[in-house]
Amino acid sequence: MFQAPWPRRRFVGALAATAALPAAAQFRVEITGIGGTQIPVAIATFRDETLSPVPVAAVVRADLQRSGLFRIVDVPGSFDESSRINIAEWRGRGADALAVGSVMRLADGRFDVRFKLWDLVKGEELVGQSHVAVAADMRLVAHRIADSIYQNLTGERGVFATRIAYVTKAGPRFQLHVTDADGEGGQIALASPDPIISPAWSPNGRELAYVSFESQKAVVWLQDVQSGQRRMLANFRGSNSAPAWSPDGRDLALTLSRDAVAQIYLMSRDGGAPRRLTQSQAIDTEPVFTPDGRQIYFVSDRGGGPQVYRMPVAGGNAERVTFGGSYNISPAISPDGRTLAFVTRQGGAFKLMVQDLSGGGATAITDTNDDESPSFAPNGRLLVYTSRAGGRDVLMTTTLDGRIKSRLLTSGADMREPAWGPFGR
Amino acid sequence: MFQNRHLLSTAAVLAALALAGCSSTKLDEAPVESRNVPADGATAGAGAAGGAGAAGTAQSGVATVDLSKQAGGAAGGLLAQRTVFFDFDSFVVKDEYRPMLEAHAKALSANRSKRMVLEGHTDERGGREYNLALGQKRAEAVLRTMVLLGVQDGQLEAVSFGEEKPAVQGSDEAAWAKNRRVDLRDK
Repeated sequence: MFQAPWPRRRFVGALAATAALPAAAQFRVEITGIGGTQIPVAIATFRDETLSPVPVAAVVRADLQRSGLFRIVDVPGSFDESSRINIAEWRGRGADALAVGSVMRLADGRFDVRFKLWDLVKGEELVGQSHVAVAADMRLVAHRIADSIYQNLTGERGVFATRIAYVTKAGPRFQLHVTDADGEGGQIALASPDPIISPAWSPNGRELAYVSFESQKAVVWLQDVQSGQRRMLANFRGSNSAPAWSPDGRDLALTLSRDAVAQIYLMSRDGGAPRRLTQSQAIDTEPVFTPDGRQIYFVSDRGGGPQVYRMPVAGGNAERVTFGGSYNISPAISPDGRTLAFVTRQGGAFKLMVQDLSGGGATAITDTNDDESPSFAPNGRLLVYTSRAGGRDVLMTTTLDGRIKSRLLTSGADMREPAWGPFGR
Repeated sequence: MFQNRHLLSTAAVLAALALAGCSSTKLDEAPVESRNVPADGATAGAGAAGGAGAAGTAQSGVATVDLSKQAGGAAGGLLAQRTVFFDFDSFVVKDEYRPMLEAHAKALSANRSKRMVLEGHTDERGGREYNLALGQKRAEAVLRTMVLLGVQDGQLEAVSFGEEKPAVQGSDEAAWAKNRRVDLRDK
């Protein structure tokens, strides 16, 4: 009756590989704003989900809500995947889809999470799945269920099972964290008494590049997330910073000051001699590749204040991309290559902007004043960035139209430099 | 003896300062983050100028002169000074730091095995990576001044911490002014 969405052996193997995940933290997410069109969906609390260390249905509901594309409809009573569903009654409650499921503890201590998704409009079963996982992977299971619902109802891939890297500063301690896309289940990849900035995921999601000041200067490191093995990539005279992976994962663009002021270079992920990409007398930094790998967007103050430019990776002229305002930094390119996100200074405020690259101006999508470091979700639907709230730097997500925002995981520490990881976890 | 050496090198230093002056002029022409927007520049820059002006015009003010921290003090005092402060959006090494840099340059020239790291810093406003590059530019400005004063290029490394290591916590002009700096560290 249940069809696993992929061969079970592979699924279990993938979960075993991340078995070091700690037990789930308390669930909390704050969401503001209302989207335009939202699919009304009912998510029943899974039968016996209190056996699980993670409130599965609550994680699924919050995931779907945060995407901005769903409205959660209340569920009266208890249901599971074997419940008889009265389609007409459910449609009367205003739901277009219904997810039901159960949690079972297996003899070996693992959990079997079953779930079924009903299309109440067509009156048919859309998905039936069984996920077997160890306790430490129950959050991942919940995110995968949310991804399945998202994909079946919107036709696009969900990003709930992806991860976000970010940096915290608490007192004199800096930590590079890797967390679920909802800000929960965080683990520490690097702890240091010195600053860490600019984490960047490799396209396969296995490595993080970042800048660490542990040797009392900015040096670019690569770290295998799973094993913690790390190596220096760039430690030239002066500062080494702003690593960005090419889409094929073979090269990194980065900023070096070894020959002049900060300029952009290209290096193999295996090291070797850097090739200089920009040739200006001004600061050139913050490179990012276009999804086809043929161009880089970057920040340069060659025209006065910092602005976003683009140029071919093969070499050639740089073309200015941002025009409004005197200070535009931190470019991020959507996975489809069509949208640029960046931060602009307006008076004393720093605002997250979005610009359609096929033409048209830039639009502010926040009403906050200390926005920094935008990074696109791999499906291009959300941005993660930092802002300030309650005297702290906090992690936020927003839809590209700015309508739905959520604040991820509040802690006592300042949170900064988020980087959204790729699909494929 | 120290006096003699000092006198002998005066001409060389003066020549170097003249060159350093040229260098500063070039740096001054370098693009800065808000120069071409008067509104922003006024908001952000007014704090420094306004604050200093207000303090300077107070009738009952008494300025403290601390000889142990002044450029006119002994060479030992100058060598104890290790920070060059910068104006908002500026990479210009101000004249008041010349005697101090001269003293460090002399010490480095006298001992070619001695090395120094010049750490550039910015205030907290703006992006972390762009600020890292700005801090680097400040450190490079101090490096070039010291090279013109006779230090070998290989004795110095300019690095930057951007906004990551503020000397002073706080989000006002007083704190920002103390954080826009280059620290001289022995290596």
